[in-house]
Amino acid sequence: MMTQIVFYVFATVLVLSAGMVVSARNPVHSVLFLILAFFNAAGLFLVAGAEFLAMILVIVYVGAVAVLFLFVVMMLDVRFAQMREGLQRYAPFGAAVGLVLLAELALAFSHWQVAQDIASVPHVVAAPGRTNTAALGDVLYTHYVFLFEACGLVLLVAMIGAIVLTLRERPMGRRQNIDRQHERTAADTLAMMTVPLGQGVAANGGFRRPEHSYYIASVPGSYGVTEEPVPQGKPVDKTAQGGHGTDNHGGLPQ
Amino acid sequence: MQTASTLFEIAVLGPLFACMVAGLFGRMMGDGPAKALTTSVMVIAALCGSGALFTAMHAGGMPVVVQLADWIRAGSFHAAWTLRLDTLSLSMVAMVTAVSALVHIYSIGYMGHETTPTYRFFSYLSLFTFAMLMLVTSNDLIQLFFGWEGVGLASYLLIGYWYDRPSACAAAIKAFVVNRVADLFFMVGIALLFVEFGSVTYDNIFALVPAHGDDTYTLFGTHRIYETICLLLFIGAMGKSAQLFLHTWLPDAMEGPTPVSALIHAATMVTAGVFLMARMSPLVEFAPDTKAFILFIGATTCFFAATVGLVQPDIKRTIAYSTCSQLGYMFMAVGAGAYQASMFHLTTHAFFKALLFLGAGSVIHAVHDEQNMFRMGGLWKKIPLTYGAMWVGSLALAGIFPFAGYWSKDAILEATWMAHSSLGFYGWTLGCVTAFITALYSWRLIFLVFHGAPRDAHLHEGAHESPAWMTLPLVLLGVGAVLAGLLLAPYYVGEGQAAFWNGAIVNAPGNTIIATLEQTPELIALVPTIAGVLGILVAYLCYVASPAIPVSLATSLRPIYLFLLNKWYFDELYDHLFVRPYRALANLLWKGADEGVIEGIPHGLARMTAGTAAQAVRTQTGSIAIYAFTMLIGLVVLVSTLLVFH
Amino acid sequence: MTGGLGSIGIGPYLTVSAILLVLGVFGIFLNRKNVIIILMSIELILLSANLNFVAFSSALGDLSGQVFTLFVLTIAAAESAIGLAIVTVYFRNRGSIEVEDITMMKG
Repeated sequence: MMTQIVFYVFATVLVLSAGMVVSARNPVHSVLFLILAFFNAAGLFLVAGAEFLAMILVIVYVGAVAVLFLFVVMMLDVRFAQMREGLQRYAPFGAAVGLVLLAELALAFSHWQVAQDIASVPHVVAAPGRTNTAALGDVLYTHYVFLFEACGLVLLVAMIGAIVLTLRERPMGRRQNIDRQHERTAADTLAMMTVPLGQGVAANGGFRRPEHSYYIASVPGSYGVTEEPVPQGKPVDKTAQGGHGTDNHGGLPQ
Repeated sequence: MQTASTLFEIAVLGPLFACMVAGLFGRMMGDGPAKALTTSVMVIAALCGSGALFTAMHAGGMPVVVQLADWIRAGSFHAAWTLRLDTLSLSMVAMVTAVSALVHIYSIGYMGHETTPTYRFFSYLSLFTFAMLMLVTSNDLIQLFFGWEGVGLASYLLIGYWYDRPSACAAAIKAFVVNRVADLFFMVGIALLFVEFGSVTYDNIFALVPAHGDDTYTLFGTHRIYETICLLLFIGAMGKSAQLFLHTWLPDAMEGPTPVSALIHAATMVTAGVFLMARMSPLVEFAPDTKAFILFIGATTCFFAATVGLVQPDIKRTIAYSTCSQLGYMFMAVGAGAYQASMFHLTTHAFFKALLFLGAGSVIHAVHDEQNMFRMGGLWKKIPLTYGAMWVGSLALAGIFPFAGYWSKDAILEATWMAHSSLGFYGWTLGCVTAFITALYSWRLIFLVFHGAPRDAHLHEGAHESPAWMTLPLVLLGVGAVLAGLLLAPYYVGEGQAAFWNGAIVNAPGNTIIATLEQTPELIALVPTIAGVLGILVAYLCYVASPAIPVSLATSLRPIYLFLLNKWYFDELYDHLFVRPYRALANLLWKGADEGVIEGIPHGLARMTAGTAAQAVRTQTGSIAIYAFTMLIGLVVLVSTLLVFH
Repeated sequence: MTGGLGSIGIGPYLTVSAILLVLGVFGIFLNRKNVIIILMSIELILLSANLNFVAFSSALGDLSGQVFTLFVLTIAAAESAIGLAIVTVYFRNRGSIEVEDITMMKG
């Protein structure tokens, strides 16, 4: 009796939350209802005696997949107000198709029966005394080991695919060119100036970046650095530029 | 006999060799060597041909069959490549090679002004000679047909030699097509012969002929099979020999160079039909109805062509119609059963008609390719040798004693008279009238070209005698035209004919026409000669004494003049009867059947495919929503189907 | 037949699973504006399949069903990861994740 109550509670909540998943106006709500549905499905698994799968469902689906959905939904800057406008237009058609499908399933269900010789079919049965998890492990790593490995490959491919799809090279930031940095000498970087007495740095053009070394120490292609070799220009007399050194090397404003 | 057959082989195969070498390597060896080779080979062939004739006649023991190679072997049908030596083939070979050699020599001079290399021309000439020799030396009808088509091909190539002239191309095609029509009948005739006798070899056929005289053949009614076969063969001969209804190609064939006209369209190829009839004489003798038909066609052609030739302004066309007319004479003799007489006329005609054509060519050469006689005149002082040659040729043609034509034409007309039939009388009457017309147009030609005042001063100024290359053949042919009749008459139709022909030509038992030729009444025998002399006198009257007569005649009898000038409207008739309907049909098949249906089906399929594809592409909207819906609806449909059928 | 399911029986499980499936399908039709909801609907459909697997596994006392549930979970996780990555990239490029805007899935 208790089992039945638990089952129907889980089943009812599952169906309701699944309905909310497809009908909620806000996708964030949809995802949350999806999580709820997964929880309840895990409960149904438990009732059916599949403890390991129930836990996996919670860990993998709720913990990973559903949260991934949540991330994506929140990350994408979608204006949800507009998103449901077309909802009512296709609802009757969708409902009709769904009802036809449901009717057909009911029809199939009412005429369904278990084969007479089901007992004679070889079953993969758990060894007596083993827990569900252990028994599943027994089967999975012996009988289905190749399929298991194949699943691993599928996941690997999915991972690589997802990374390849979303990875993009952005022309942002400036990355170091380690070799160039090591080749730097003090002469490239330092310019000794004789500052007249009584004048500050500002009067002599202000703080300035190194002539070339700063520039060539960056990886070509990264932000603001062209592929061409940096012009090794002759030392410029900074004072000739009206006493105000313009920085045209890095492109970044000071 | 061995000598004769060896000479014979050289005569036959020499032209093939010359043709191959000149045709294939002419570009490499150059024009001069090609000319020299073909001409010298032809001269050797001519000597060998004549030599073979004389040695064989002295040695006797004919016919001999020399097998050169196996040709076709299919079931019971067997054809070999053979040379048949009998009087018929020997005399033809001697004649063909002789005329051909002279024409080769003549062509060296005549084609001298050509700007393009002429080795092609000489190669074709040799090819023609070889094909003609194949035709006359065949031992069965298949090889004869091979030669028959070979001369047709060579004729086509040579008529269209100046292929940059549209008229020459059209004439070549016309000659080919008209001959093809006749050849179809010829082929059916050969096939029927094979069906009847199970063989196409002469000896086998002729051995069986008397036994099968009453066999019948049923197609559109029952006929005696000999009549059917001979009729079919004769229709083939009509095409090749340009007899009435199938003659239209011959005048147009004058588009070819004049030596070609002399060799092919006067002396040799067009006489192939006559030769065929003579060769098949053992069979033709058993088809009296066909013989009557042949006599009728021959006589009618003879008259028809002469009347047309009377008014033609073109010098070559005049002679071409003359050829047509003379061929009519030959068929008349065949129809009367005097094959010997027709072969005799064939031989003499070869000499004097080749002479006339080469003379005409010499005139044309002298006045720089002008062929209209009404623009010539007064040329006799400029080209005396040609003038003389034309006189000799015309005298022979008109049948004036003792020139060649006198003997042969007389023999033919006597034969028709002695046939003692109404058709024979018809032939004799038309033949005598034609003899008059022949003389008339021949001297019309001579007077127009050589006498009177020059009508075109410019042409007259530039006229010059032809080079020796051209005059030498004229002289030789002139000698032949004078002497051939006198020398050959005893052998061909006279006392010695039975020994001379030695079974090569067969007269049926009871056909004594050749033997009774000499019994023709004196007056009757004189009529053709009188007609000829009369013709010359009338021509003198009309074209020298008072040139106004023909003009006034042409004006007063304008309908008749136009009728003759337009060649009895045969070309127009055929144009309406055959060419236009055929063209319309071809157009219909082209536009309707070919472009409409045959091209339409694949085009339509392609268009349909493209259209369907264009429609199908629309289902690929690119919208992921529609794809998703389609998949789900597909799922529903699948489940429904499962439920319904489970 | 009810094997490990005790007094509940397999019928209610199948019913719940069918309802989940239909809700998932309905969700796909309903959401023309947001691809993410469609992805979630697919998760629901897969969950209904899992529920069926587990129910039959228990009813028949056969562990294979649970093993396959595990595999389905794996594939579902991979699918949602890739799907979400695609959605992210698409949004980054086109500034929208409306289903009706995705109309370039053709050659």
